[in-house]
Amino acid sequence: MEPQKAQPNVTENQPDLNSAGSTPSPVATALQRQHPEYITQVVESLNETTLIVPREQIVSACQYLKSTPGLEFNFLSDLCGFDRGPEEEPRFEVNYHLFSTTKHHRVRLKVLLNEDDPHVPSVTGVWRTANWHERETYDLFGIIFDEHPDLRRILLPDDWQGHALRKDFPLRGYEPYSLK
Amino acid sequence: MCPIGLMGRMGHMGHMGPMSTAVNIPSQFEIVDQPLDTQMTISMGPQHPSTHGVLRLELVLDGEMVVKSTPDIGYLHTGMEKLFEYRKYQQGIVITDRMDYLNPLGNNLAYVMAVEKLLQLEIPERAQTIRVLFCELQRIASHLVWLGTHALDIGAMTVFFYAFREREKILNLIEAASGGRLTPSYFRIGGLMMDIPAGFERRVQQFLNDFPQAVKEFHQLITGNRIFQKRTQGIGYISAEDAIDWGLAGPSLRGSGVNVDVRRTNPYSSYETYDFEVPTEADGDVWARYMVRMREMTESHKIVTQALARLRPGPVKADAPKVVLPDREAMKTHMDALIHHFLIVAEGFDVPAGEVYHPIEASKGELGVYIKSIGGPKPARVHFRGPSFINLSALPHMARGCMVADMVAIIGSLDIVLGEIDR
Repeated sequence: MEPQKAQPNVTENQPDLNSAGSTPSPVATALQRQHPEYITQVVESLNETTLIVPREQIVSACQYLKSTPGLEFNFLSDLCGFDRGPEEEPRFEVNYHLFSTTKHHRVRLKVLLNEDDPHVPSVTGVWRTANWHERETYDLFGIIFDEHPDLRRILLPDDWQGHALRKDFPLRGYEPYSLK
Repeated sequence: MCPIGLMGRMGHMGHMGPMSTAVNIPSQFEIVDQPLDTQMTISMGPQHPSTHGVLRLELVLDGEMVVKSTPDIGYLHTGMEKLFEYRKYQQGIVITDRMDYLNPLGNNLAYVMAVEKLLQLEIPERAQTIRVLFCELQRIASHLVWLGTHALDIGAMTVFFYAFREREKILNLIEAASGGRLTPSYFRIGGLMMDIPAGFERRVQQFLNDFPQAVKEFHQLITGNRIFQKRTQGIGYISAEDAIDWGLAGPSLRGSGVNVDVRRTNPYSSYETYDFEVPTEADGDVWARYMVRMREMTESHKIVTQALARLRPGPVKADAPKVVLPDREAMKTHMDALIHHFLIVAEGFDVPAGEVYHPIEASKGELGVYIKSIGGPKPARVHFRGPSFINLSALPHMARGCMVADMVAIIGSLDIVLGEIDR
């Protein structure tokens, strides 16, 4: 099969995502019926469900998805950031990849953040594994997870300047580094 | 008879009565049963051999007991995820080799399958079977390194040589097919680099014939060893709920009795058609994780046997001329093949906008690849959920109240690779 031609200037997602052809996943329908305030948008693409969640609701949405019978997303697979670039607004995305060890289904939650206010509540209270994920995202993107118990840099040295995975951080450069 | 020194001391203090002798002994020579009141903070690593790379642990000790441990990582950070954003999709494969360097084919598979999902490519059956065959061989090789080093850390030296002898055979097989031993880059977007060489099946069969005997030898060497059992049983316990909460994956999770294996829960590469068991152990300690990995090697052996039996002639590359490099011969004789080759190498291929998270079961647990594409020949973001990274984050929880020497056993039982943790 031949790959589709890429769409220029598409930063959101694929254009045919919300078309009538795709069937919404049971997770999305259940959440929309029970708690419509948790979701601003549902994206179905490539057999994956993405729920865009308002920043203020992320902890309660995660708590709901974890504890509701039938959903049981008790395993946080992954948490990672993404920088759309300094000219985009909202600039940052935080992706939560959830998995259920009993139901074996997956879902992605997404929080969008503006550059001048890159704060998001920490989900370490829901899954303790979020601790290092959030530290890594803070280290590489400068996204601040409020109420995180130990928000320090994890991969780069403590006195590193800047956040390495932001798009405006150069790939290479030369700068004397001293251990002091 | 009393020792001479003691007799002399008793003779000297004879007139003071038997109970008052202690007052004359200086206090620093008193032997106490209680550990020290003071706590001591020491660094274990980054050069410590049992940290399997450059891991530094900040240990707060009370005597020999670990009160608190804080892993300090990042010594091997090379900015791989940044590097992906400046490389074409096909150039990213060689970076994945260098993440978990004991399981490079697993990393290759996770990455190329994520890109294939974005491209919606169909992979020929023969290529899928060969991928499964190599991934399971690689899993055995990875577990053999774990077995050798884990036993070496605890003090059993011999098994290291036996494990590396078997691993050498697998590396020879990988070298025969791909040309590389540690960095094969054998899986490509749309299939394989090239088909397996002539006579390869026979060599795999030879390995398969020898391997059960080798597993028996490993069991004879350490499984029944009482020192090994004492060093591992009941050490580094983590319950099933805590293991899920801490995001443990792979053998470390199944060692706590949680039956989760991505090959079963979210099958890929036709794993649902293979007959194998997912070993679990309920104890949740170092010993349980040891047993899970030992049994997994036998299961991988079963899968390789089945994959070998179902190898049929056929193409090993998808029919996608704009993505997959053409054969050498076609390139020399056909104009369009030459053009495609030039375009793929010089400009890369466009991947439609979208995002995927593709998990596979690597030797250390769930290896997830998140790729975000905004179109064009380079990814906008590639993120690896390294199982070692997450498994290590649970170390302070498992190591509370253990001895310093047990720390070495617990690190070994998590089977971490720092290349994947620091990326």
